Amino acid sequence: MGFELNFDSSSLKNNVKKINENEMYDVLIIGGGPAGLNSALYATRNGLKAGIIAEKYGGQVLDTSSVENYLGYESIPGEDLVGAFREHVEKYDIPIKKDSRVEKVEKRDERFYLSMSDGSQLKSKTLIIATGSKPRKLNVPGEEEFSGKGVAYCAICDGPLFQGRDVVVAGGGNSAVEAAIDIAKIANKVYLVQRSVLRAEQALVDKLTTFENVEIHLGTQVKEIYGEKLVKGIKVYDKTNDKEFDIKADGIFVEIGSVPNSGPFKDLVKTLPNGEIEIDCSCNTSVPGVFAAGDVTTVPYKQISISSGEGAKAALSANAYINKLK
Amino acid sequence: MALLNDEIRENLTDVFSKMDKEVTIAVFTKEDGCETCKDTLDFMKEIEEVGEKIKLETYDIEKDSEKAEELKVEMTPSIVLLDSEGKDHGIKFYGIPAGHEINSLITGLIEVSGAGEDVPSALKERIAKIETPVDIKVFVTLGCPHCPGAVAKAHKLALENPNIKAQMIEAQTFSELSDKYNVSGVPKIIINEDHDLVGNQPIEKFLETIESL
Repeated sequence: MGFELNFDSSSLKNNVKKINENEMYDVLIIGGGPAGLNSALYATRNGLKAGIIAEKYGGQVLDTSSVENYLGYESIPGEDLVGAFREHVEKYDIPIKKDSRVEKVEKRDERFYLSMSDGSQLKSKTLIIATGSKPRKLNVPGEEEFSGKGVAYCAICDGPLFQGRDVVVAGGGNSAVEAAIDIAKIANKVYLVQRSVLRAEQALVDKLTTFENVEIHLGTQVKEIYGEKLVKGIKVYDKTNDKEFDIKADGIFVEIGSVPNSGPFKDLVKTLPNGEIEIDCSCNTSVPGVFAAGDVTTVPYKQISISSGEGAKAALSANAYINKLK
Repeated sequence: MALLNDEIRENLTDVFSKMDKEVTIAVFTKEDGCETCKDTLDFMKEIEEVGEKIKLETYDIEKDSEKAEELKVEMTPSIVLLDSEGKDHGIKFYGIPAGHEINSLITGLIEVSGAGEDVPSALKERIAKIETPVDIKVFVTLGCPHCPGAVAKAHKLALENPNIKAQMIEAQTFSELSDKYNVSGVPKIIINEDHDLVGNQPIEKFLETIESL
């Protein structure tokens, strides 16, 4: 039996690390993943008055069962890596506002005013947007209807519910192959369905092919998810031989990449049609004083090490900007 | 053998030192046919050891059926948190709160002790207005990092309003119940039997559903 302790003291009544509505921060960092946490570390070590706003404190790494490509760690559960990040950042007593979303940002007289989902208002001289991304949906019939009823987006959360059952994993990148490996350990049968080719690291693909209960369908597209109360199967189209067929399954895990969480900032900074916030190599957005880092930006390759590096850069850029303000 | 290692014990001692008043953990087990009862009991004994303000009371759901009835305990293993005056706020855990759920347990203990975070006043008013009886079930798995957030919100609502009761339910231990409520994604939140939410929803979303009842 294991215990994943990550209670954080900011939920205590008398904690001092609360974001203060009356304070004018040097930098408010929006996002609690690797980019946001590293921004916070660098900002505070540079003497900036910083605060973190995190809807999901820890970010998407929390959903990763095992990270094997972060330098210095041969293999570490995503949870533990985030735990180490958080512990490091929390040494600096940076105030954190959790479970709260930014709804609107206004810029007035070189200052930024944030309206939050809980009705509070915050203000800062600069912003670092590090809101990351969320799972991309298949957009096929049945996906919405059966969401949480067999259609799942978090393999480590919902995988255990499919013990001994038949499961489809849609996607062909690292996260899809990792999910298929995790689920193959407990499920009866796993079908990996990918509309093109496998894009995952070779090391992961090699590991997947050691499982005898995994069947891989490449060049195959999910057309529909069907069921009654719960998912019963999916209809797919095999492009390689122009045939449609059914896969009977109790669940489908959708792991087909992500879409940036840039919604509340689209009126503030320039974004691309795919939702990514456009930044230059110093993490500047189209608005002076607003910086962005990590998966929400145009920087390619959504990786933990890249996001944390980008977070550092954004904080250093924010620091340089503030020094010029003075 | 101890379930909690030294590092966790040390962290827990530190967290529990922030508790305000005493909290009683009432654990219900049964002798036969309960796979996780022994572990749950051993785990709670260790929690009592590291928490100066934590008291443990152990019950057998059959032998102590009166107590079980009083606290409306229906399954084992289960945990009910009682405040310093022995009052039940409708905060329960069905199944062992191990894995990520240790965080739900800690939050529950802190909250019932009176050291929890204040609810923003606008929300507090909305919660206070709820007059219909509300029963919230939050189905979880122990490997789910988002689940404790949903459990903590349900428990917070229960603590704020006596008309609201909230239970964590470990989906694999109570697989029949999971099947009954079609749980195939966690956290799954069932409100008064036929309203459901999936995912770690903000407290506003819980309220919207409750207000629509």
